[in-house]
Order: sequence, then structure tokens, then C-alpha cells
Amino acid sequence: MCEVKVITGTSAAAEAAKLADVDVIAAYPITPQTTCVEKLAEFVANGELDAEYIKVESEHSAMSACIGAAATGARTFTATASQGLALMHEMLFIASGMRLPIVMMVANRALSAPINIWNDQQDSIAERDSGWIQIYVEDNQETLDSIIQAYKIAENEDVLLPVMVCLDGFILTHTVEPVTIPKAERVRDFLGVYEPKHAYLDPDRPITQGPVGVPDCYMETRKQVEEAMERAKKVIKEVNEEFSERFKRKYGNGLVEAYNLDKADTVLVAMGSVCGTIKYVIDELKKEGKEVGLLRIRTFRPFPKEDIKEFLKDANNIAVLDKNISLGFNKGALGIEMASILKNKKVCNYIVGLGGRDITIDNIKSIINHVEKAEDDETVWVGLKE
Amino acid sequence: MQFPREELFAPGHRGCAGCGAAIVARLLLKAAGKDTIISNATGCLEVMTTPYPETAWRVPWIHTAFENAAATASGVEAAIKALKRKRGKYKDKKINVIAIGGDGGTADIGFQSLSGAMERGHDMLYIMYDNEAYMNTGIQRSSSTPFMAATTTSPAGSKIRGEDRPKKDVAMIMAAHGIPYVATACISYPEDFMRKVKKALSIEGPKFIQVLQPCTTGWGYPPEKTIEIGRLAVETGIFPLYEIENGEFRITYKPAKRKPVKEYLKMQKRYRHLTDEDIERIQKYIDEKCKLLGL
Repeated sequence: MCEVKVITGTSAAAEAAKLADVDVIAAYPITPQTTCVEKLAEFVANGELDAEYIKVESEHSAMSACIGAAATGARTFTATASQGLALMHEMLFIASGMRLPIVMMVANRALSAPINIWNDQQDSIAERDSGWIQIYVEDNQETLDSIIQAYKIAENEDVLLPVMVCLDGFILTHTVEPVTIPKAERVRDFLGVYEPKHAYLDPDRPITQGPVGVPDCYMETRKQVEEAMERAKKVIKEVNEEFSERFKRKYGNGLVEAYNLDKADTVLVAMGSVCGTIKYVIDELKKEGKEVGLLRIRTFRPFPKEDIKEFLKDANNIAVLDKNISLGFNKGALGIEMASILKNKKVCNYIVGLGGRDITIDNIKSIINHVEKAEDDETVWVGLKE
Repeated sequence: MQFPREELFAPGHRGCAGCGAAIVARLLLKAAGKDTIISNATGCLEVMTTPYPETAWRVPWIHTAFENAAATASGVEAAIKALKRKRGKYKDKKINVIAIGGDGGTADIGFQSLSGAMERGHDMLYIMYDNEAYMNTGIQRSSSTPFMAATTTSPAGSKIRGEDRPKKDVAMIMAAHGIPYVATACISYPEDFMRKVKKALSIEGPKFIQVLQPCTTGWGYPPEKTIEIGRLAVETGIFPLYEIENGEFRITYKPAKRKPVKEYLKMQKRYRHLTDEDIERIQKYIDEKCKLLGL
């Protein structure tokens, strides 16, 4: 039926792009994304994937070429990290504004200065408002599955927005795990063929894409993206369900994943691979008779406000972990969002793992101890040197 | 040469009276025909032709940003190849992928994207419509602004006499990429420009044409003089017309006798601060350049 390979997160991403039978890849190398685009180059060179591979001269051109290709009607893929994502910044807004269903793997890495190739999530968090759907994955299997799902979500006519699938640099990109690779026909059947009705370049039906948005219409275009984001919540849930029926794997409700929430008064909220460590700690504490929960945020955009409120309605000690920091506000992006929707609860924010600082089991335990004793909302930088 | 009657660049756009960029677009599409996709950089041409919900383009057209018309066109070209091969789209039609940008969008901010696209060998034509400054933002100097021309960021002051650097030679830099076809053109010579477009499109691979188009607003002359000034730019040798096909250089228009550059400079406000001595200096510079090109 399917094959299990022991592969890195970047290879899983490349396998997913191959399974999605992408038409155009435009990519520029950057650590820790490189092994993904190397793998794809191999697939194309060996004829395993029939795609045009544009070896662009920068990430700005990578995204520009993806936009050009997507606007022509092709299924496109790219991958980047950190400085490369920052260089794409301008084009990210254009991809979403032009409603192009581009899918991108982001290997989460710290931003300079000082230059640092290791993991945190500052790079993708800095693109929070770009109109891209952001999915944060916990492991390599989820990387593969999420990229396949991403095309189904992005190309849905109720959505038509680009998606970035974010995996933690090195922790996932360079760590091998067993990954189940579905059969290509089954993925093709799940995704169907991308046939855009809204945006394509064809001399038989000339259209103008990317005109000047005068003040009379610009604001409506922004509102339309916001409405598409709202509709995407439903679509992401449906895609998660359909995926689980077909491939027998499921990621919470698609937007969030609840872990041991039922009896827990203390709940950690986090995104990405750190959730694996948190689950381990929760299991250990359970053996000691202590109940702690985890709410894993899978989609940071669209932000699942309603689900979060519902899942956390009985929790009193909420600890939000952020691998990013909004400098000048002393909170991470997730901490800020959580505080804004959970107004009558104690929400402490923990800044963790910046620039590849390890997040240990002891760190997680100290966070649990801290939030249970804290009298008010607090921000704590965890694991700083004395 | 036959000029097709069909107008693929529609009238009623927002260009200034006497706009040279509009003439570039009109002639370009007459030469390229309807099986053409345009990737337009941000700039005058893009702004004046597509105020939503209007468009002057009767061919498929895309604009994404300022510095990336070539990269965007790379994606379009690659997508056409993939869609033809994998899904039988566009039937067997030959589609012209043409990127177009002003001198700022080409020689300055879009230079890396252009160089990348040319080096990668995409089957596309890049048109640089050269009006020798950032006209859309209000006449600021670009690297394509000629020596001593006054712009808002290279004003003629008491200490600095306009632009203090010579015009960047983008066509020659493109030729150094070893691409199969490079040419210069001017809207005042429509047959020559259209022939070059047609020739470029008949060749597979990356092609580049730099087309000079006088700008009534930025250069400071009456709108009805656009064609006349363009002709003088060529007749004086300040903007020579040539093509480089597979590395072979050929002058495509050789004035019987080059006119003094003074005739060209005196018609434009951007040069009105020049003294006889300045003009003499420019004349000498042009003489040297023309000698190199065999003009």
C-alpha cells in the first residue's frame, strides 16, 4: 500500500511536493532548507518528478517566479528559511493579494543579527500579517502530510491563499524519522488537478493580473483576503478529516490539537516540534498523578480563536510558549494573541529556544511550576544564562 | 514593413500627451501579436495602463512588483513549458513571453532579477523602455540617466552640474551574458524597433532590447516633439542603434553625417544649465564612443 522511509523533515517535504506532482519549483539554497531543494533537484534530474525547476538567483526571485508560474496556472512549490523568507517579504503580500495558491516549506531559523543558523520561529512569525496560511508541524510525518493538505487547502475556491508549512530547523529538517509515504495515485486522487478559474495567463482569454488598486477598491481586496482566511478555518478542518479518512492520519481538528486537556487545570500552549517534548513531560507527570494539558496550535494563521476559547474554557493556568519575541513588548506573538482572546484568564508567556537554545524537559517542568504559582500574567525568558 | 492595423494596446490609457512609453507598448504589441504574455515592472507604463477596473492591455498581462519583471516572466515561461508538456495546454501555440520595465526597474532595482533570468536561458524577451530617469516617482536619477542631465535628485546646482556619472551601458552588459540577441532601438524608428522585436521573438532563448523613448515631462519639451527628439538622439550619436546577434555586432542605422549634439541638448529643459564648454565636453565624450562603435 505505502512505503515507510526513514528520512529528514526536508526530505519529507520534497517527497510531498513530488507526490503533489508540482509543475514549477523555483528555489534558492539556504540553511537549513537546502536538503529539501537538493532532493527535489534530484527527483527532477532522475525523471521521478516532471517539473520545471528554476534555479533562481535569490529568494525574492524564487517567490516572484512562483507568482508568475501560479498566475499562469501551474502548481508551484518553493522552500526557504530565515533571511531568505525575510528577502521574500515584499512578494509574500503580493502572492496572497493576487490570491495565488503557492505552497512553501519554511525551515524555521533565527533572524540575524547576530547571524544564527539554528532554530526559532521568528522568521515565519515576522510574516504573520502577509496573508499566508501558516501551519506549524510537530514531526516529519506531519511535514509530508501538511504539504499535501496545503495544496488542497490553498486551491480550494473558498480559500485561494498561499500556505507556508513551517518546520523547526535542524530539529526536524536534519533529524530522521520513519515517514509513511503514500502512493502517488492516492495523493493525485486526493488533490485532483489544479485548474484555476480566477487567475491564469492565456492569450485565448487575455486578463490583466496585478492592476493598480485605487483607493476606491483597495480596502475591499484586503477584506476579501480576511474573509478567505475565515473560510479557510472550515476548509482546513474538512481537509484534515478527508485526509484522515483516506490516509488514516489526523492532526487534531486541523487547526488545534488537544492533548490531555480533560482533567488539566494547567495547560501549555505551543507550536511546532517542542510539542513532542511537552507531550513527553505530560506523560511523565501523569504517572505521578499530575494532570497537565497541551493545546498545540497548528495554524497560526488563520488563528483559531473560537477553538482555543472552547478548548481552554476550564483551564486556569495557561502557559504560552513562544520561539519568537516581539521586541519592545516583551511577549511572543502567540502570547500576545492568547492574551487578547483570553481576557479573564491567567496567561503567562515563556520565551524559549531562541537561536537554537535547547528546550529541555527541566525547562518544561519549570514552566509548569511557574505558571501554577504565578499570581498574574507574566513573561519569562526560559533558559537564559545567569 | 506592414504595420498590423489591430491595436492590442488600447487607447484611452492615462499616459501624458506625447508619452513615449505608450508608443513602445503599442509598437511592441503590433510586432509581437496576440499570442503574447506581458510581465510588466512597476513604473509609468504599469500605472498608467491598469487603474482597476480599467486596462489598456488586450493580451494577458501581469504585474507583481518593481524589481522582478524578469523573475516573474521566468515563472510564466516555466509554467507554459510545464503545462504544455504535462497537460497539453496552449496546444502547440508558440507564446511570446515578454518582460518590460523602465530604466530604473531594469538597470537599477531589477538588475539582479534581469541578470538571473538572462543567465538561466529562459525563452523570453526583455524590453527596457529607457526614459533615462525614474519618471513615475517624479524624475529622479537612475543609473541610465546621462551625464549632466538634471533630474530632481541630480539637480543642476552651483557646485554640481546635474548628473555626475555617465549613462550605464545596460545593452552591452546584457551582451556580456552571451545571450543570442541584444539590440538598442528608439521609438522614432518604428520599423527598426518592430523588426528587432520580430527578430528577437524568432530566436529561442533570452533576448534583450533597450528602447529609448523621450519623456515629455521628465526631459522638458513640448509633447509634439517626442519623435523629433528621439530622432535627434540617434542622429547625433548619443543613442546609437545596433544589434548583437550571436555575438556579432552590427550598426543598424548609420547617420550619413552625425549632427552636433547641441541640437539635441538645446531642445530639453534637463540640459538648459549647460554652458558651451559643457556641451563641448559632452560632444567629445560622444565622439569617442561613436568612434569605438564605428559610427
